Formats: sequence, C-alpha cells, structure tokens
Amino acid sequence: MASRPPSMRAKPLRWLILMLWLLCTTAHAQDLTLWHAYRGAERSTLENLLEEYSALDNGTKVIPRAIPYDGFNSKLEAAIPRGHGPDLFIAAHERLASWRSLGLVRQNPEPLTDVPESVEQALFHDDAHHGVPLAFKTLALFYNRDQLKEPPRTTEALLAFARSEKARSRFGLAYQATEPYFHAPWMHGFGGELLKDGAIELNTHGAIQALSFARSLITEGLIPEEPTAALVTQLFNDGSVSLVINGPWFLGEIDPDISVGVAPLPLISAAGRHARPYLTVEAVQISASTDHAQAAWRLSTWLAERDQAIKRALQGRQSVATLSAYTDPSVASDPILSAFKAQLEHALPMSTDPAMAASWEPLARAIRRVMRGAHSPEAALNAAQSEFEVVTSPPPPPADPVPYMIAAAAAVLALISWLVRVIWRQRDAIRSHRHAYQWIGPATLAMAVLVIVPFVVGAAVSLFAHRDGTWTFVGLTHFLDILLARDWPLTSALSFWFTLAVTVGWTAANVAAHVSIGVGLAMLLRAPWLQLKGVYRVLLILPWAIPNYITALIWKGMFHQQFGAINALLALGGVEPVSWFSQFSTAFAANLITNTWLGFPFMMVVTLGALQAIPSDLEAAADIDGATPWQRFTLVTWPLLKPALLPAVILGSIWTFNMFNIIYLVSAGEPDGGTEILISEAYRWAFTRGHRYGYAAAYAVLIFGVLVMYSKATDKFLSRKTA
Amino acid sequence: MRRPSFTRICLTHAGLIVVTIAVLYPVLWVLKMALSPGQAFSLDPNPIPTEVTLDHFSAVIGTTTSTGAWLFGRQLLNSLIVAGLTSVVGICLATTAGYAMSRWSFPGRDAGLRVFLITQMFPGVVMAIPLYILLDELALLDSLMGLSLVYATTAIPFCTWNMKGYFDTIPIELEEAARMDGAGRWTIFWTIVLPLARPALVVTGLFSFMTAWNEFILAATFMNDETAFTLPVVLQSYVGDYGTEWGHFAAGAIVVSLPVMLLFFALQRHLVAGLTAGSVKG
Repeated sequence: MASRPPSMRAKPLRWLILMLWLLCTTAHAQDLTLWHAYRGAERSTLENLLEEYSALDNGTKVIPRAIPYDGFNSKLEAAIPRGHGPDLFIAAHERLASWRSLGLVRQNPEPLTDVPESVEQALFHDDAHHGVPLAFKTLALFYNRDQLKEPPRTTEALLAFARSEKARSRFGLAYQATEPYFHAPWMHGFGGELLKDGAIELNTHGAIQALSFARSLITEGLIPEEPTAALVTQLFNDGSVSLVINGPWFLGEIDPDISVGVAPLPLISAAGRHARPYLTVEAVQISASTDHAQAAWRLSTWLAERDQAIKRALQGRQSVATLSAYTDPSVASDPILSAFKAQLEHALPMSTDPAMAASWEPLARAIRRVMRGAHSPEAALNAAQSEFEVVTSPPPPPADPVPYMIAAAAAVLALISWLVRVIWRQRDAIRSHRHAYQWIGPATLAMAVLVIVPFVVGAAVSLFAHRDGTWTFVGLTHFLDILLARDWPLTSALSFWFTLAVTVGWTAANVAAHVSIGVGLAMLLRAPWLQLKGVYRVLLILPWAIPNYITALIWKGMFHQQFGAINALLALGGVEPVSWFSQFSTAFAANLITNTWLGFPFMMVVTLGALQAIPSDLEAAADIDGATPWQRFTLVTWPLLKPALLPAVILGSIWTFNMFNIIYLVSAGEPDGGTEILISEAYRWAFTRGHRYGYAAAYAVLIFGVLVMYSKATDKFLSRKTA
Repeated sequence: MRRPSFTRICLTHAGLIVVTIAVLYPVLWVLKMALSPGQAFSLDPNPIPTEVTLDHFSAVIGTTTSTGAWLFGRQLLNSLIVAGLTSVVGICLATTAGYAMSRWSFPGRDAGLRVFLITQMFPGVVMAIPLYILLDELALLDSLMGLSLVYATTAIPFCTWNMKGYFDTIPIELEEAARMDGAGRWTIFWTIVLPLARPALVVTGLFSFMTAWNEFILAATFMNDETAFTLPVVLQSYVGDYGTEWGHFAAGAIVVSLPVMLLFFALQRHLVAGLTAGSVKG
C-alpha cells in the first residue's frame, strides 16, 4: 500500500468523503421551510413567487419543498410533533379538524380579508380561522365546443341533449358517477346535505331522490358504466362524449386539439335548485412547531395578496381565493377562471368534521349498489346509515390500567426467568457454540432494534382508543369487539372472521398459482438446448421489475366491463361481457390474476437458483432408466427442489397474506367490501373510518397472531429439514 | 442429455412465447403511455402507440433543482446508494447468519429462525410512526444510511432463510477436508462455501436490491429534501391529489425498472453457471 503513488491514495479517500457526505445529507437550518404537493404550472408559479419574496429586502428566505401527495399527510403527522416539520405547508382544508386535534396547526392572528364567504367558512374551526386561503377547487361542467354551442343550464336541457346523443349512439355525459365526491352535486342539489345541525344523515329524502336520478342516467344508457377517471378522460378525448363533470385538474388531461369550454353545473329542474359540488380550499397553514410564526404569517398573507393572486391565476392556472384578483381585466376575461368563480356561488365547503370522512365509505358503497342495480336507493342508503353509525359509535369506556400493568409486569418477569432458566440449563452448549452467536449477532441486533421494537410500540397502541386526537386506555376491548363480532353479524363483509376466510383463500390460491407457474417456467428455461434463454428470462421478470402501482392499475383497466381488453378477448370467443367487480367470485379472480402476474417472477427466479443445487447426473440417470419427463420431475427434481423452495413458499404466503396494494388498487374491496383482506381492513380502520388507530392496531396484532399460528403449523416441514 | 426432438423444441418455444406475450401485454401499455403525448391513462386495447414522442422521458430525466443542478442524476445516485447499501448489508448479515444456522445446532437456533420468520408477519401499517421516532433518536432520520438499514432489516429474514436453505444442500464433507488441513471457520466460509453458494447469493442480492429499489412510503416519510429522495418517491410525486401525470409516471416507471433488468441480465449467468458445469460433467 505504502508504495502506491500519493495520487492513487488520494482518490479513494476523496470518494470516501464524497460518499460520507452523501450519506449524511441533512437539511440545513434556513429561514422558512414550506411544504407543498403542487405539480406543473402551479408549482413553478409558487416557486417563482417564493424566490421573488426571498429577494425582497425583509431578511426572510423561503425554501420550498415538494412532497409527494401520497406521503404528505403521514409525513406531517410524523414530523411536526417531533420538531422536524416545515414552518408552513399548503394543503386542502378538509383535514383541518384532525390537524387541529393533533396540534399541528395554529390559529390565525388576524382576520382574513378579501376572501369569498364560503372559502372563509371552510377554514373556520373551533371558533377560529386556520390558514390563509390561496385557491379553491370545485367540480364544473366541461363541454366540447365543436359539438355544443351553449352548455346546458338546467338538467332538463342536459337530459334532452344526452338523449339526442344517445340516439347517435354516443354517451350524453361522463363523470365518475360511483364516487361520492362526484355524486355530491346531485345530492346537495336535491337537498340531501349530509351534515344537518351537527348530525350526519345519509338517508334523507333528498339523498334518495338524487340517487334515483343518478340511477336513471345509467338505466337510460346516458352515461357509461364503471366510469373511472381514466375512462372519462378517454371518452372526452376521443370525442365519444361532449359533456363531462370534472374538476380543474381535468384541463391538464384534455387533448390540446379539443376546444374545451367550462360552465357551472346545471340547475336541477326537478328540485328547482342548483347542483352543488363540494368546495375544497387550499390554504397555507402555519405549523405549530415553527419558531418564526410572525414571518410565516407575513409570507402567507403576501402570497394571497392581489398581485400575487393574479400571477397564480394567470400563470399557475389556479382558481384563486382572492376576490379582488377577479377585477383584473385578464382574469375577468378568462372564460375558464370565470366559470369556476361562478361555480363558487353554488358550492358547499367540505366539512372538516371527522365523522364526515367516516361517512364516505358507507356512502360510496350505497352509490355502487344502486348504480349496478343491486338495491333500491332507499334500501342502500338505510344500510349505509346503519354502517355509518357503527363505524362512528362512541369509543368503549376507559379501562382501569392497573390490572393490565400488573399482568404485563408478571409476563415480563415470567419471560425473563424462563429465559434465564433455559440459558442456565444449556450453559455448556451455549459456551461451546460461542462462535455461532458471533455469526448471527449482527443480523439479530439489527432485527431487534429496527423491527421488533417498533412493532411492540405499534402493537401497544391497540390497547388505546383514538377519537379526534384524544387517546383513552381501553385494555383488550378492541380485541373482544373484533373477535366476538360485536358490531356486525358474523357473515357480514365487515366481520373479522369473514375477512379472515377471504384472506386465507386469497393466500392459498395465490401461492399455488405463483409456485406452479414459477416452477413450470424455470423448468422450461433450464433445458440446455434452449435458445434465447437469457432473453426469455429477462422479459419474464419484467412484472417484478416495474413498480406495481402502475401495472396494477393497468390490470384494473383491462377488467373494465365496457372497454377492458379482457372482455374484448372474451367476446372473440363469444362470451358475454363480464362485470368483473360486481360479483365476489369475479372480483376475487381479477385480484388473483393481477397478483399472479406480479408474483410468479419471484418464484421463477428462486427456482432457477435452487435448481442449481440439483446434480444433473441424477436426472440423467432417471432418463437412462426410461422415466418420462413427468416422472423425472415428480420423482427426482421436485423432491430435491422442495426443501430449497420451502422458505420462499412460506415467506411468499406471508407476503401475500399482507398484500395490500393489489386489493386496494384493483378491486378496492368490491363488491361491498367482500374482497377486502385483513390488512386492507386494518388500513381502512386507520385512515378512512375516522382514524381509529387503536382498532386498526388490534387488527394488525390479530393478523400477526394468525400468521404465528400458521408458522407453527409449518414447523413440521421445517424441523424435518433442520433435523 | 438427450438431443430433444424438433417438435419438442418448437412446442417449448411456442409455450414460452405465449407466456411472454401474456406477460408483456400490460408492460407494452406502460411503454405506450410513456411514448404517447399527453398525460392520460390509456384504456385502448391496442398497446401500440399511434404517435411517438420522447418528451416524457426527457421531462422525467431532465429535472433540475432551482440552482440548475441535475436533480434526476442525484436522485438516481441516491437510489443506487440505498439499494447498493441494502444489498451489501443484507448479504453480509444474512450469509453469516444463514451459514451459522445451517452448520451449527446451537441452543436458540430454531427459535431464532422462527423469530426471523415471524418478523415478516408484522404488518407495516403499525410500524411507520414508531420507526420514525426511533430513527430520529438514533440520528438516522433524513439520511440514506438510516433508510438502507431499515430496508436491510426487512430483507434479512428472506435472505437468511434462502441462504440457509442453499447452504444445507452443500455437502459438509468439503469443509471437513479443509478443516483437517487446519483452515479456520472464516477461511472455509470465505474460500469454499461462498463460491459454491453463488446462485443463492445472486437471488439474495437481487431480492435485497429490489426491496430497497421500489419502496416509497418510508422513503417519503424519512427524507425531507428533494435532493435526498429516491426514485420511487419521485415517481410517486407524479400522482396528485386528484389526477395523475400518467405520461411522466409511465416513463419514470420504465426508467426505474431498467437498472433492475440490467442487473438481472448481468447476474443471471451466475444462475446458470452451476448448470453448465453439471452438464459438462454429465
């Protein structure tokens, strides 16, 4: 080493320093940090404005940080209480109550000015305003100006136009009819507001009328079935529909060749009231953990000022929440901005009440049931109301923690004394195997610190009930509620036992498919005479290599009833189009097919590796003895392959048991939550049913318990191998 | 081996081609979205793009920071470092643990194997926030090192089991001979066992790499700055509150999967090395 010239020695050192520097990148303390999830023009306009503000001579520099929307909220909840949060953040207002209860945001020090009334209302919570509104989002009517001179102003006109379109075998209207957010304009227009005098009612007369109206659009064939966002965009872009209900984000998806107009949603002729979409307000919130609250407030109000609002409107294409910006001639003459401003007159601020978030899932289920003709609007909404009441039922009574603490202490003591006894009894064996412990030490330590500790902490949450930011100790009540199915009948899709049965079936079917396809392909690919082996192998691992978020959604698109590739393929064989997500069996099959496509490459790669341990002379001997290829496989290859595949099979089944993504993205639990598995139920309890984290943690602990029992059952195979 | 008949070769190829087409069909859609102008999600059953543009690729790859530095390059480097570190840490910890569990029956071995397996059963939902606090206490928050450690621990159980399973198939006689010659445990492991375990090392390494390469929830939660993001976080940032920039997402998905394919292509020769040696012998 010493004989090397100095330049050669310096190089690795410099590399090492560079690597260390990369490893230790931490945020530098700056004046103000602002988190946002803006994209495209909205983002660049915001960043330009912040740069402009930093250049102003007031000593404040602003660092914008773009965070993916998907991780935004969990990041806020993790970072702000630990003091790592931003000074300000921009987000939609509907989580305000939950931020407030978690102590993440501050009240405004001064009243808001130059803001529309409904926008101001949206930010009002706990007797105070929170945040400075920048922009608002609401649904409106988009129309193809080459097909329609004037957009319909009433539902009567809309229906007349839609029927004339149907006569030309086109769709009259497209919108995501099965999503509560998109159904809401009808619901509110018919007088079916969910929140009345502080209580939520899903089955009001108005809500029933609205659902009947939406159902009639389907039965008349005026709107497409299973209308996903992608389908709506596609129909508008290829010209098969001229009217779409969507939000401002839709503008970015429209084919630039189409001349698009925007108008407020129509007056509902039958009710004599305007369709009223939800209003979402994007506001700058000041983080509770900031040390620069005053500077943060100055920046927020500056961003909302008229001049900046005009720039955001014209360059960022935002529907700004600053009233005086609309007196600017270029903003006032912009037909799209004016249309959204007009819609604002008839928009209902989304409630921040956490119970509102919990009403979403029962409502969505009711809408889907009605839209596919399974229930009458009244029956579906009554069912939704009772589901909603159970989900939002008051937390169990607090339990006395003392007996639990005694029990926990006793358990810990018993565990320690048992460990000491075991170690003492085997002390000689342990001493003589000291080297073995050194070999497994690093892995064991890493697992203990980074996996077991977080899990124990997370599991302890199951003993507490969470409502609106307050935690109460409830002991084992959650477990009893879940296991005894106290809230639902045993056969309901929401019962633990029903979901467990689905999960077990899901796991078994998947593992069987992954192993048989994976092993089959690996056997084909190892034939020594096979050409192009490498090409096949690389192409066949593609499903594993591509992020499954996009491929799972592609599969979902392929299962679409009217436009999916799979029904198109079935039609070639004369099969009627299948409505994949309206029956349990087909929805389950759709999930299974998608996950098999994603999962077999892993088994194939493991098998290819494991096959290397099998001496080929054994198989050659079987050939010489005149065995058929099938006999050779079952009698020679498979018995030798089995032990090496066993870990992959056991672990594969555990992963499949907890395979959240596919259920969430492909069937989303359809029909009626039937294809939900345990992990996706746990997720729903944590995030879409009023943040019942304790209940969700109890689910997680039960999932763990089920899997431990499963591993006990597989012990028999494993001990045979390690013996 | 016998020379197979012509029909058998044809049938094998036909079967593989059918499977490959079925596997590639959804992938072609990703490619179509990446190459077509616009940000819409394609539902058209025809997976061949009608209009081809490389705009999405150049938009995804060409991102820069506000100071003009090449952001995508930095993020690619982050991803490579995290995935590389995860593989190295994963392989080092898993091969030693797997070897010990395969060769020596020490007290606690079976329990240890079972505990490793059991950790795979912890649902991730309950772990993100406790992990955040833990990393914060260890001063590993917002560092690529901390992220790699977390990924490595999620990969270790499979890797250990896989390595142990493969070590079990390596005859112990080889080691005993070396032992007679006075070789130490480490020397035997390093010079005799590891080279024989190459196929399993490839699978283990690939698995650790993939674990780190595609994860985004933890990465988005633990890392603060755009220059510290890994590629999956960047990819996920094309998914908005209401709409998704599918053109960018698809192009990004292809860019993200290319290194994995290259890695697999480079490594797969080790998956067949044993076979060619065997067939020469046979």
